[in-house]
Amino acid sequence: MGRIGYFLLYLALIVVALFQILPLVWLFLFSLKDNNEIFAGSPFALPSEFRWENYEKVWNGGIGTYFFNSIWITVLAIILTVLFASMAAFALTRLKWKMSGLVLGLFMVGLMIPIHSALIPLYSMFLSVNLIDNPISIVITYTAYNLPITLMILLGFYYTLPHEIEEAAVIDGCSIHRMFFRIILPMTTPILATTVVINMIYNWNEFVFVNTFISSEKYKTLTVGIQNFIGQYMTDWGAIGATLVISVLPIIIAFIFFSNKVVEGISSSAVKG
Amino acid sequence: MGLNGMNKVMSNKFYIAFYIAPALLLLLILVFIPLVLSGYYGLMDWDGIGEKTFIGLENYINGIQDKLFWNSAFHSFLLAIFSTLSLVIYLTVSFILASKIKGADLLRKIYLIPMLLSSVAIAQLWVKIYNPSNGILNVFLMSIGVENPPLWLANPSIVLFAIFVPILWQYAGFYILIYYAALKNIPESLIEAARIDGASAFQIATRIKLPLIKEVVSVTIVLAIVGSLKYFDLIYVMTAGGPNGASEVMASYMYKLAFANYNFGYGSAIGFLLLVITLIVTFVIRKLTATKDKLEY
Repeated sequence: MGRIGYFLLYLALIVVALFQILPLVWLFLFSLKDNNEIFAGSPFALPSEFRWENYEKVWNGGIGTYFFNSIWITVLAIILTVLFASMAAFALTRLKWKMSGLVLGLFMVGLMIPIHSALIPLYSMFLSVNLIDNPISIVITYTAYNLPITLMILLGFYYTLPHEIEEAAVIDGCSIHRMFFRIILPMTTPILATTVVINMIYNWNEFVFVNTFISSEKYKTLTVGIQNFIGQYMTDWGAIGATLVISVLPIIIAFIFFSNKVVEGISSSAVKG
Repeated sequence: MGLNGMNKVMSNKFYIAFYIAPALLLLLILVFIPLVLSGYYGLMDWDGIGEKTFIGLENYINGIQDKLFWNSAFHSFLLAIFSTLSLVIYLTVSFILASKIKGADLLRKIYLIPMLLSSVAIAQLWVKIYNPSNGILNVFLMSIGVENPPLWLANPSIVLFAIFVPILWQYAGFYILIYYAALKNIPESLIEAARIDGASAFQIATRIKLPLIKEVVSVTIVLAIVGSLKYFDLIYVMTAGGPNGASEVMASYMYKLAFANYNFGYGSAIGFLLLVITLIVTFVIRKLTATKDKLEY
């Protein structure tokens, strides 16, 4: 491959990178401008004056509530999903029982389910137990629907753990619970981090369950909240831009610090489908 | 305690139940039972609040004859075809990226950024990009002299293409990541041997590398097609299926029936059809793309 060929290939890659990144640069720039500047000025010009008040306005306008709801719902669902999936991975790979193959099969089928097919029955089930407009319904739904993918990612790691570990533990008179919580679970930390990252992205970005099950403003998460919010600021582009930037910022920050884990998590989620 | 005692401990029924029950119960109650119920509710005339009236297969028969449903299914399948074709672009980029490019790691991470954002935020951003007078796209088109740039999301004949661009944007990094990893897994010795035999870069790519990552390619075809059949968030926010049903897909049609028209019985039947279609398509595509001769290297 000659120098020119190499240069052209490189150029193609840069063009793709620009296509991926420019819309976000534009978003960030207009989140700091007012309408006059957005509509009359050049799209990629720096703001003449950084209007951070756009951020202040939407944060005080109520987006803070959505933000904190997204955080606690995301975190709680991650803890439950990772704990339950780890316990299930332990039961499926270490404990000996006849039905384990069938149960594993159920989880694998669970990977393929389109959530929309379950939406109406879930709604009526939650309605009948008074969990509509209650964030508990969101937390347990996130947990249930992320279990299959989380379990699949964990299983690969559990299969590679040597059996000598639990043999030694049992011979030393260690109880099963102690073996799992004190020995095996800590050993899986690297893969747990991967599943945490992938669950964080899924939960933070989820829309349809919250949109269907939650109606009170005080329980809405960012994805649904920004919908109303943007309707309210229909013509104020700066405010809309600030809202969108706030909603994507935590994920971008997580990506900057844990990009390798994110890459690993997203690659291993490819088994989904 | 010997190995016998070990086996006894590891097959203790109480422990098994304790460790598998939380995950299994959640899966059964919140994933599988609703699917069965969806099929059952489909047999009812029901507004979601009042009494259910059993009406047999009427909803399913109506669904199969419903032009609006098939219209939305057609759009879902079009998106599936676009998504599959776009894999060629992703594959090409990955080949370039994997050919000893400096900064490949940074580039693939940049490509991945849109994949991390919520479909809602992506939809809102692209609504702005497509804004007829102030969106970046039409501002650009007008600046190079296009007098009447299209109304991207209001024109029924282009809206589906306009919606596909953010989908392309969102998933590019995901597929490139998968292909890149697969290509990097190919042992260097194989490529070196081909090069010594006088194979060109293009021949190495198409005759050696591509067959070696065939299984990964078939996985991505399944992901692209099945994923497309389930699209909802992005379209719901960008156009809500409009204008006049021109961007309606199966999931958005089902959602509209149930949560806008309160036709829960019929919505359930459509939801069940969505499930059946997805499972059939998944099965067929897996059969079609299954690699008969497993390559070992």
